[in-house]
Amino acid sequence: MFEGLSFSLEGGVALVVTGPNGVGKSSLLRTLAGLVALAEGHLTLSGGVDDHTPYEHAHYFGHQDAVKPALSVLENLVFWQDFSDAAVPHGFAGDGMSPHEALELLGIGHTARLPAAYLSAGQKRRLSLSRLLVTPRPIWLMDEPTSALDTASEQTLLDLMNGHLAKGGMIVTATHTPLALTPMRKLHLETAQAGEGEAV
Amino acid sequence: MTGWAKALFLRELRIAVRIGGSGVVGVLFFLAVVTVIPFGVGPDLNLLARIGPAFLWIGALLATLLGLDRLFQADREDGALDLILMSGRSLELVVLVKCLAHWMATGLPLVLAAPVLAIFLNLEPLAIGAVTLTLLVGTPALTLIGAIGASLTVTLRRGGLLMAVLVVPLAIPVLIFGVSSADAAIHDPVPFMTPFLIMCALSLIAAVVGPLASAVALRFAAD
Repeated sequence: MFEGLSFSLEGGVALVVTGPNGVGKSSLLRTLAGLVALAEGHLTLSGGVDDHTPYEHAHYFGHQDAVKPALSVLENLVFWQDFSDAAVPHGFAGDGMSPHEALELLGIGHTARLPAAYLSAGQKRRLSLSRLLVTPRPIWLMDEPTSALDTASEQTLLDLMNGHLAKGGMIVTATHTPLALTPMRKLHLETAQAGEGEAV
Repeated sequence: MTGWAKALFLRELRIAVRIGGSGVVGVLFFLAVVTVIPFGVGPDLNLLARIGPAFLWIGALLATLLGLDRLFQADREDGALDLILMSGRSLELVVLVKCLAHWMATGLPLVLAAPVLAIFLNLEPLAIGAVTLTLLVGTPALTLIGAIGASLTVTLRRGGLLMAVLVVPLAIPVLIFGVSSADAAIHDPVPFMTPFLIMCALSLIAAVVGPLASAVALRFAAD
């Protein structure tokens, strides 16, 4: 899939992956998430929690929301909080919010008791995002994080992402819309003819 | 049971029993299969009593297969399977807990319905007890074996039929020993315990092999 791709990222920095459609931005994120096996090369995480693989330090926020329509909004969130293992290595000051707090922060607190089937696409997306807030993990892998979000929630999302960076977390995000993240580095992927991916 | 396993178990159970879940549908299907048999076989009560245990078992097997294709597919379609793989929890245990919850929601109702349906087939009280007991021990094995098929076909859009074709041959030993122990309870000379204990062993083997095989298939399916 990729050739000659290499980058490193330290805590507190965001990496924005850009490139044309189909170049493999999502595949890169899925590889970092441990969902696609590496054909060759390696992926290391230094300073992580013992007994945890790199991808157990990561949250994957992809195109799919993993929201069960039959469960209520709160039940959906509480399940992921109880189920996912938290990972708080040294140098990461993240702490899990309570589910109610997270839902209020994302503006869907009033829907907590409703079945998730009644949520709109944007609200489901926000419910999926709240998952990242209740279980502290230092790496956020975000694939098109702003899709289906309105302007106000986009701003909330940016604040959350910058807050996560300030706590020493890392963010790798694939996006087409410019995101105001600080500090930020860019990785531009190109198809093989035009040259290999290079970190800027 | 640790916290995460309990959370997963309750989630699976809630999804199964709420609207759109597979809990009630299995029992209705079981009822439909068993009630048409007397119409097909005819009003020969002795014949019905003789073949009754076998039909209850076949009905339970088919009803179990009915809901199994959604065991992992639903989680894959909405992205939950990716998050489960990244959760840092043992995938084998996740499969085991999911199977347990699935059995509680779909298998246990079949076991509870069996004594009632057995009356339709003119079974004696002793035979009713024996069939119910064998179903109680044997249906978990069907769910666990079915989990292998469900995880192998998780990426296929219409994988239900293929899953049934894959799972039925593997379920035959359970069916054979389930029906033969029920028969042994009715016909005195054959000891009940011999086939029954073999079936218990099959269930235990399925509890080990099912989650292991299924976890391997699910990891492979994530690519």
